[in-house]
Amino acid sequence: MGVTSLFFYLFASITVASAFMVIASRNPVHSVLFLILAFFNAAGLFMLTGAEFLALILIVVYVGAVAVLFLFVVMMLDVDFSELREGFLQYLPIGGIIGLILAVELILVLGSSFVDGKAALVAVQPIPDLGEVSNIKAIGDLLYTRYIFFFQLAGLILLVAMIGAIVLTLSHRPNVKRQNITDQVMRDPEDVELHSVKPGEGI
Amino acid sequence: MDAVFFDTYIWPVLVILFQSVLLLVTLLIFVAYILYADRKIFAAVQMRRGPNVVGPWGLLQSFADLLKFVLKEPIIPASANKGVFLMAPLVAGVLALSAWAVIPVADGWSVADPNLGLLFVFAISSLEVYGIIMGGWASNSKYPFLAALRSAAQMVSYEVSIGFVMITVLLCVGSLNLTDIVYAQSAGLGTRMGVPVNSFLDWHWLALFPMFIVFFISAIAETNRPPFDLPEAESELVAGHMVEYSSTPFLLFFLGEFVAICLMCALTTLLFLGGWLPIIDIAPFNWLPGIFWFVLKGLFVFFCMAMVRSIVPRYRYDQLMRLGWKVFLPLSLFMVFATAFVLQFMGWA
Repeated sequence: MGVTSLFFYLFASITVASAFMVIASRNPVHSVLFLILAFFNAAGLFMLTGAEFLALILIVVYVGAVAVLFLFVVMMLDVDFSELREGFLQYLPIGGIIGLILAVELILVLGSSFVDGKAALVAVQPIPDLGEVSNIKAIGDLLYTRYIFFFQLAGLILLVAMIGAIVLTLSHRPNVKRQNITDQVMRDPEDVELHSVKPGEGI
Repeated sequence: MDAVFFDTYIWPVLVILFQSVLLLVTLLIFVAYILYADRKIFAAVQMRRGPNVVGPWGLLQSFADLLKFVLKEPIIPASANKGVFLMAPLVAGVLALSAWAVIPVADGWSVADPNLGLLFVFAISSLEVYGIIMGGWASNSKYPFLAALRSAAQMVSYEVSIGFVMITVLLCVGSLNLTDIVYAQSAGLGTRMGVPVNSFLDWHWLALFPMFIVFFISAIAETNRPPFDLPEAESELVAGHMVEYSSTPFLLFFLGEFVAICLMCALTTLLFLGGWLPIIDIAPFNWLPGIFWFVLKGLFVFFCMAMVRSIVPRYRYDQLMRLGWKVFLPLSLFMVFATAFVLQFMGWA
């Protein structure tokens, strides 16, 4: 117990500190690197609660793919950030309101368990108990039976987004030469003329 | 009270520490000779002698290289982002080594054997791209930066097909635990076809043959080995994302690369070549310890990689991307469905 809470406070404090550094650091690339550190420690927190699969998926998807894209974009953009920061304070009301709404929602969700102990049990009950069934199996059972439509819907939305991105960026310029591998492979050897060139003479 | 405290908290930590140090030292010595073997094979194919000066038959060449790297002056470019510049090789080296913690080299011989071992290895290998991106960006120079982008795009592309290959193996085994994956191969396709003893026909390479090839090629591309070594194509570019690095930081990048290659060989062995299982489960073969078979199979995979390196000419970048996205991705995606279909309808799931 002692070691678990020690690690919890370690991960939690680093998560909060690096999340703060994401918005506080001057260099945007450093911001993304701090974001990655925050993801990592969140994965550590998942590990502590026994959700190994979520922890590793968080690392694979968010750190291994999403944050790489962030880094790509941030590194390639040449943005003057001191200029961006000038109107920084005018967003304070909107940011404050969003933060407040999130905080209230969190209090509503978590607070119910303080009011009534049973509420927490209803909200988060791994079916069946994690001692009997492995992490992936429990998630898979729920995701592919009870929440199958939401799961499919999420997949559909991602597909539409992907197709949209491709449609927006795809352009066939007529004067660009492209290699068509199928054409090359299907070429008839009879059509090709072979010359044996003698040294110093040329064709 | 003190004895209980010692038994529950101190002793396990000491044991893990000892195992890790043992693994690290063995691995590093192994990598030194893998490097030597790589150069010797490359040389033999080109009918050269290869390293043959330091020590008998050049056996100490890697250690001489190590000393050379460590004793040189580390140079940090004036306009580099110092912190990130020095962190990048550390990230590359440490990540490559940390995946080895879950690799079982024989039955029960691993520092940790978590339920989701395969996913852990996949997560770590998907992070290896950070060493490259950070190094390329922090050097604050055009060439490392462009090379880092190319390299990162290459690694991310081939990660996708590696992920699908792992899913097909997962479908056949029903577990992500690496020990389970090896034992699932003790009685596989060969036994179902009526071969009386458990043999190499039971391993996944036969049952999942196209995936074995896809995994092998993707492993080469993922570790930036020739013929996919575009980030550091020696005859065209200088050293890719490592141009500005010298001395120990360079050594760490180099070491991370080779440890990752060893990891891919070990992973191929575990997923497709039956891990530490003997080649045929009869008398003289199953007397040998599991680690012998594991190392033998790993070396075989490495030999194949070294031969590919010396024989196949380098790909062009667009051909590389075409292979990853237009050939391997549809093929592996199709195989996931086909495998699931076969397992379900034959009742093997």
